Amino acid sequence: MFAIALKMLFHDRAKYLGLVLGVAFSTLLINQQLGIFIGLITRAGAVIVDVPEADIWVMDPGVKNLDTIFPLRDTELGRVRGVPGVAWAVPLYKSNVIIRTGDGELEASLLIGVDDSTLIGLPPEVVMGNIDDLRRPDAVAVSVEGFRKVWRNQPLSLGKIAELNDRRAVLVAILKDSPKFTSSITFFTRYSHALQYTNNGRNQMSFIVARSAEGSTTEEVSRTIVSRTGLQAMSAKDFRWKAIMYVVQNTGIPISIGTVVALGVLVGIAVVGLMFNLFVLENLKQFAVLKAIGTSNMRLIGMVFLQAAVVGFVGFSVGLFGATMFFETAGKSPTFQGFYLPWYVAAASGAVAAAIIILAALLAMRRVLFVDPAIVFRG
Amino acid sequence: MENQIAVECRGVVKDFGTGSTKQRVLHGIDWQIPIGATTFLVGPSGCGKTTLISIIAGLLTATQGYVRILDSEITKMRRGRVVRFRADHLGFIFQQFNLLPSLTAVENAAVSLVVQGSTLASAKRQASVLLDRLGMEKNKLKYPNQLSGGQQQRVAIARALVHNPQIVISDEPTASLDAETGREVMELLRQVAAAHNRAVIVVTHDNRIYPFADHIATMSDGRIESFQKNTA
Repeated sequence: MFAIALKMLFHDRAKYLGLVLGVAFSTLLINQQLGIFIGLITRAGAVIVDVPEADIWVMDPGVKNLDTIFPLRDTELGRVRGVPGVAWAVPLYKSNVIIRTGDGELEASLLIGVDDSTLIGLPPEVVMGNIDDLRRPDAVAVSVEGFRKVWRNQPLSLGKIAELNDRRAVLVAILKDSPKFTSSITFFTRYSHALQYTNNGRNQMSFIVARSAEGSTTEEVSRTIVSRTGLQAMSAKDFRWKAIMYVVQNTGIPISIGTVVALGVLVGIAVVGLMFNLFVLENLKQFAVLKAIGTSNMRLIGMVFLQAAVVGFVGFSVGLFGATMFFETAGKSPTFQGFYLPWYVAAASGAVAAAIIILAALLAMRRVLFVDPAIVFRG
Repeated sequence: MENQIAVECRGVVKDFGTGSTKQRVLHGIDWQIPIGATTFLVGPSGCGKTTLISIIAGLLTATQGYVRILDSEITKMRRGRVVRFRADHLGFIFQQFNLLPSLTAVENAAVSLVVQGSTLASAKRQASVLLDRLGMEKNKLKYPNQLSGGQQQRVAIARALVHNPQIVISDEPTASLDAETGREVMELLRQVAAAHNRAVIVVTHDNRIYPFADHIATMSDGRIESFQKNTA
């Protein structure tokens, strides 16, 4: 009977295509929008991800995210280092600077200053150059996307001269960093050197990044830092989550993307539900014939669910393929770096597609169950 | 063989609606249909023919009375057993053929076997042999919309007979056909259905095919008025 069910489904090609496209459109929209959403909000914690050595972040008690920073006094670094359970602690500087591009245009850029001696705070992946060269005068490193934006249409190379806040900077390394929320250009240099580019006043230290000693938990050490210094301290994971939640709670991103996702689900339910219902309605006499000649209700339900499952599977596969191709092709654009399709978004959209198709099948199933087989005798 | 009874109806009453809208369509039908014969059920429109064969086929339930088919009382069977009983013992031929448009002729003819549980491939092999006997050798892979009315009815006959049922119920089998094709179809039906010791029940208005009947039951206003051997 299942072979017959499939032949019934594939026979009306226009309707089959409509059903598949309904599920595919819904799947594509959900995956594309949620992928962008995840990509956007994870950018909010990108600076934290780029310092994998540190498991504790210390900052002013009022700091809510990575962009609204109140500098700490240099003496705080010594206090944090003295807290039991802290293996090491180093300063991290973060500020915005203006960079003049190779074309003479001005661009906003992020400047990260890392510990002078250990260079902790640099992203781990070096694309070109040697990070030890950052110890040379005026030396800076730049992110790959930053290089492409500052020196447009030029191959990656070292030794370039840039102007950061009107001060000379020599490029000695190119690093692969995480895409940031506010700028795609990120420069890295030593902490002491970073201060010379900005010189904002007496207190300059944006964050202290630290590592908990073996045998101590991150949470314990963070609590101790808070009680001993009065500063805010938390695990890197918690701070990243806090930065993400700040974006979620204080921007229109979740509402706007959520609306599009909801529309995708609604359109999916409406199109697939109505069209599948129409498909079953048009085939109702065929189901009645099968019923009259001895097909049980259970087998008819099985046929309807098989038809729905095939529509759901093919539609979901097409939609997922479309979403994957979108991220694959759009991801090559420098401004789209870091956007991807997480597996859990694909799984969630699969669940939504399954729900849409089950709902459509349940609606249609009623008709099949209650169709009177005696209608076959009515001309 | 004709003395054996295929279908026995006793006091079959059918009401539609309830309360003030209740309408009695069958008024205590008593009828015995013999095995190995073609029995026609004739009568004017609205006299209850379709209701009666729907009850015999287990598609409708009787309000009162019983229907015994091949020694099984179908009116007392549970719904699931009735469905299985139909699949195993009954074959149907409809006025509008009711072929599945998405299936080829041979697939349509195979459907009754598939309903019984055969795979489509093995059912198609058996259906193919039967379609050859019905003169459909060249049209087996065509879809219903590529077949003439007579050819579609041949496929419907094959579907009704492929699983070798003891009873074939045929509702107005010639109503959608011209006179010549109608006679051909009835001839075929008599050859392949009645000849195999089956009971063939034909509901019809078409008096041109009365000569094909062994017995004719005449219905009027929900009652069997007469039931006699056909002497025409």
